Amino acid sequence: MTPLLLLIFAFTLAIFLGVELISKVPSQLHTPLMSGSNAISGIAIVGALVALGDGESTLVRGIAFGALVFATINVVGGYLVTDRMLAMFQNKNKPKKGDH
Amino acid sequence: MNSVVINLLYIAASILFILGIKKLGKAESARAANRLSAVGMLLAIVATLLYGGLDWKFIIIGMLIGGGIGAYAALRVPMTGMPELVALFNGFGGIASLLIGIVEFVKIHQTESATYLANLEAQTGIAVPFWFAATAISLTILIGGLTFTGSLIAWAKLAGKINGSTRFPGQGTLNILLIIAAVVAAIWFSLTPDAPNLAIVVGALTVIALSLGVLMTIPIGGGDMPVVIALLNSYSGLAAAFAGFIILNTVLVVAGCLVGASGLILTGIMCRAMNRSLGNVLFGGFGAASGKTGAAVEGEMKPASIEDAYYVLESARHVVFVPGYGMAVAQAQHAVKELAAILEERGCQVEFAIHPVAGRMPGHMNVLLAEADVPYEQLWEMEATNRVIESVDVAVVIGANDVVNPAAKDDPSSPIYGMPIINVHKARTVYCLKRGKGKGFSGLENALFFRDNVRMLYGDAKATISQLVTEFGEE
Repeated sequence: MTPLLLLIFAFTLAIFLGVELISKVPSQLHTPLMSGSNAISGIAIVGALVALGDGESTLVRGIAFGALVFATINVVGGYLVTDRMLAMFQNKNKPKKGDH
Repeated sequence: MNSVVINLLYIAASILFILGIKKLGKAESARAANRLSAVGMLLAIVATLLYGGLDWKFIIIGMLIGGGIGAYAALRVPMTGMPELVALFNGFGGIASLLIGIVEFVKIHQTESATYLANLEAQTGIAVPFWFAATAISLTILIGGLTFTGSLIAWAKLAGKINGSTRFPGQGTLNILLIIAAVVAAIWFSLTPDAPNLAIVVGALTVIALSLGVLMTIPIGGGDMPVVIALLNSYSGLAAAFAGFIILNTVLVVAGCLVGASGLILTGIMCRAMNRSLGNVLFGGFGAASGKTGAAVEGEMKPASIEDAYYVLESARHVVFVPGYGMAVAQAQHAVKELAAILEERGCQVEFAIHPVAGRMPGHMNVLLAEADVPYEQLWEMEATNRVIESVDVAVVIGANDVVNPAAKDDPSSPIYGMPIINVHKARTVYCLKRGKGKGFSGLENALFFRDNVRMLYGDAKATISQLVTEFGEE
């Protein structure tokens, strides 16, 4: 039972850490923060990979394959879209281009 | 040996996720933070592939398909479609967790619970009782399913495919009954390890989870969407964390949990920006719970012409634009930026005042204005604008409504009383761009529109602003 308790221990600490990590976020970053952390929740990809074991039945592999595709969309799309958004914000922080 | 390497990599990945989330909250480090967390994800994936005995063909094909779709969507969708896309990605995270829950159930069902638990222990070194595995599976299915359909509804609302909020009598009771049914199904599952009818029980649980996602999201009105989207984001993390408890995987638990908890912080920020509790947003509906309707507003709305507005703006030395969802709908951000640039060139001080819940998702207005190349220094937060509002010559409200309603300050009988607002009514002159005379999403008359210093500019926001730009051009 002890290793399981360690996992629950990690879970509890992570909750507190997550709550403490961000306190005051400028509203400019609300969308990127959301889409960036959403990309992290694509960590479900790990679960999908583990489920795609060699010896599993076709049904299991079929469902796990579906999970893998969705999780990969979440991860790849999430990180790229966040990066695109932040690049857009970053350009704004530099001196203005000669557009007028 | 292998498992030591895997776990060390998982620890490294977790640290990168922690740094990633932390730095994502600060403007100067946000982009680097996102890349750090992407490296963390890569480490976690590589570590998992070291487990061996995996079906490489499926893995490569699946990642190519998913990566291709994700990259295509992320790089091709216009910035204005960003809110919808983020909601959709969030839903995909939810369904991935849901499917992991289902797949692990199928594994149990196809063998025997004892064999499944023995395999799990052989793989992870952790022994768990059956009720624990069953509860983790139930929670993953419940939260994952709810996140999936909830996000799809949010996506449809953001994309304008569903409008308004849908309520029907007994909706609250139905939700409670469904939650009770879900708990019963979860307990049933955990108590009867190898019962042949478990597929029906877990199937029912899945259907309940998917229905709850729909039922909980459809009654949410447009102005409350930022709260719900932040909450769904938190749920997708929690679903992943629970999935981690099924396969007893540390990085899944830790990363999912971090997202779940930090998502709650953002949800809290959104709630505070509306002076409402989370429960009130989810179950109350706007004004429905309190029965408050607000005092009757006296006076009349005073329409103005483009010329009037032009002459006032021409002599203004300090102008504040207050964008709201109406600006997003009219796609007016480029025209607004153009007008702002003209004013600035004439020596006028220009800012954009952004309310935290303006629009339909957290940060919605910032994304739109950044896309239109509005300089970052011009994007002001609510508090900063309120400090200088008395010295503002002209405030231009573009399709914002409740976030500038002074009833929130001075009418205790108003359902939005107490909500922090941008005090545009204290500016010398206010122009409100509005499509027509109708009420806002909350169904409230906006007391602002009846103030003496306020003039209405009716019509499409983009057209109105473009006409103003033309006026300046004709000098």
